[in-house]
Amino acid sequence: MRDVAVVSFAQWRNEREHQGSPNGIEMLVPTMTEAVEASGIPRKEIGFWCSGSSDYIAGRAFSFVMAVDAIGAWPPINESHVEMDAAWALYEAWVKIQTGEVDSACVYGFGKSSAGELRRVMTLQLDPYYVAPLGPDSVSLAALQARAGIDAGKWSERDMADVAARALSAGAKNENAVRRTERTVDELLGLDYVASPLRKYDCPPITDGASVMVLAAGDLARDVCSRPAWIRAFEHRVDTQNIGMLDLTISNSAAKAAAAAGVTDDRLDVAELHAPFSHQELILREAMGIGDGTEVTPSGGALVANPMFSGGLSRIGEAARRIHDGTADRTMGHATSGPCLQQNLVCVLEGE
Amino acid sequence: MTEPVTMITTPMELTYQYTVGPVETQFQRRLKEGRIVGQRCPVCQHVYVPPRGACPADGVPTEEDVELPDRGIVTTFCVVNVPFLGQKIEPPYVAAHILLDGADITFQHLILGCPADEVRMGMRVEAVWKPREEWTFSMENIDHFKPTGEPDAPFESYRHFT
Repeated sequence: MRDVAVVSFAQWRNEREHQGSPNGIEMLVPTMTEAVEASGIPRKEIGFWCSGSSDYIAGRAFSFVMAVDAIGAWPPINESHVEMDAAWALYEAWVKIQTGEVDSACVYGFGKSSAGELRRVMTLQLDPYYVAPLGPDSVSLAALQARAGIDAGKWSERDMADVAARALSAGAKNENAVRRTERTVDELLGLDYVASPLRKYDCPPITDGASVMVLAAGDLARDVCSRPAWIRAFEHRVDTQNIGMLDLTISNSAAKAAAAAGVTDDRLDVAELHAPFSHQELILREAMGIGDGTEVTPSGGALVANPMFSGGLSRIGEAARRIHDGTADRTMGHATSGPCLQQNLVCVLEGE
Repeated sequence: MTEPVTMITTPMELTYQYTVGPVETQFQRRLKEGRIVGQRCPVCQHVYVPPRGACPADGVPTEEDVELPDRGIVTTFCVVNVPFLGQKIEPPYVAAHILLDGADITFQHLILGCPADEVRMGMRVEAVWKPREEWTFSMENIDHFKPTGEPDAPFESYRHFT
């Protein structure tokens, strides 16, 4: 296996409603310029470009093609796309480098959720025979999961509010968050339900955004970056898409991905978890065995900014940033996809 | 005895608000004034119409406005013979790629005003605008392009668009 590192990361300042088109070009041009310049690799020398986005968020087919303008695709480039969070585009780019075909890659994700009705868009990812026709939206499904955990005695509404309050405190310190006001647990519990037992801050905010990351292999990474964030493990697993067959109070795929990636609580300084709903952080902590010695989602995560299709990449980016700035030696970025933590990806990073 | 269910139809509907980006907004506002304004890339100097958020070859914003005439040439075309649902014009008619004088990229529009089989590559055309009071924020302010009758452009002048 080749040594591959994250050498730079940049994100658009997340917004509740971006005043630009859904093709993301206005967000990507400056963000990509920032990430590529910070990488130290000339744009035309980057070996592979890979993006993550969704036509269903944009409301049109082939929506990601417009975004390719941000790259400057002449002479012709080696490019790919996943209809998933860009964390999976990062995985494809990492594999591409492992094949030896290229030594560097630029990965980007973007989405303008505010253009449509996100909760209904997400219904379309469900099993088309038995589940999607019932029309369950993403918030209602998460509420079913939260309720299942409460009924099983695994967590309480107060535990969920605790997660939300900590996220809001982190968001207050993060200029990329769209929720920047701290609130106490009691304040949060005093709010009405959005979808019982979920209250407003148990759910993620609608967010428009984009992020860009550059990977480089071996000596190239050492040449361009003073402290590369080396990818030591990169695993992803999937549970069945048939939601009626899952025990919603756990996430097998998260547990398996974390185990395969060798994640143990003792050795992680930081774990950036992609948990769009507050109870999901509790499920992930348990599934991945994350203990009290690890700083969990110091950015505030999806509860303070949830740019769809770049949010997972941004968890890995935040984890890499802590290696780059020297404040951590071993970190983990997690990304989730599908309803109720159905698919999970884990990326473990280390400084040398 | 009930029949087995072999097919279900589950219609789904989503609504979106499409927001035009700043560059397209400016382009469309100028169309309402009867002007076609492209933009030039500072690196490769190509003029794009309609202008886009970035030059696709260089990945940098195009910021310099370039006023363009409403005349140019046909670089390639297609004769539409097949009727389809929602068709607004009766076939045969011609959809063509038009290279305006001074532009470095073509856009698609209609050719009317001559029999479909007379349309050819290199044919010089000019816009036929709708009445001013019908103008809106759209390329549809130009109803179609028609031949000007001038000699065709030499193939070498537009070869790289074919």
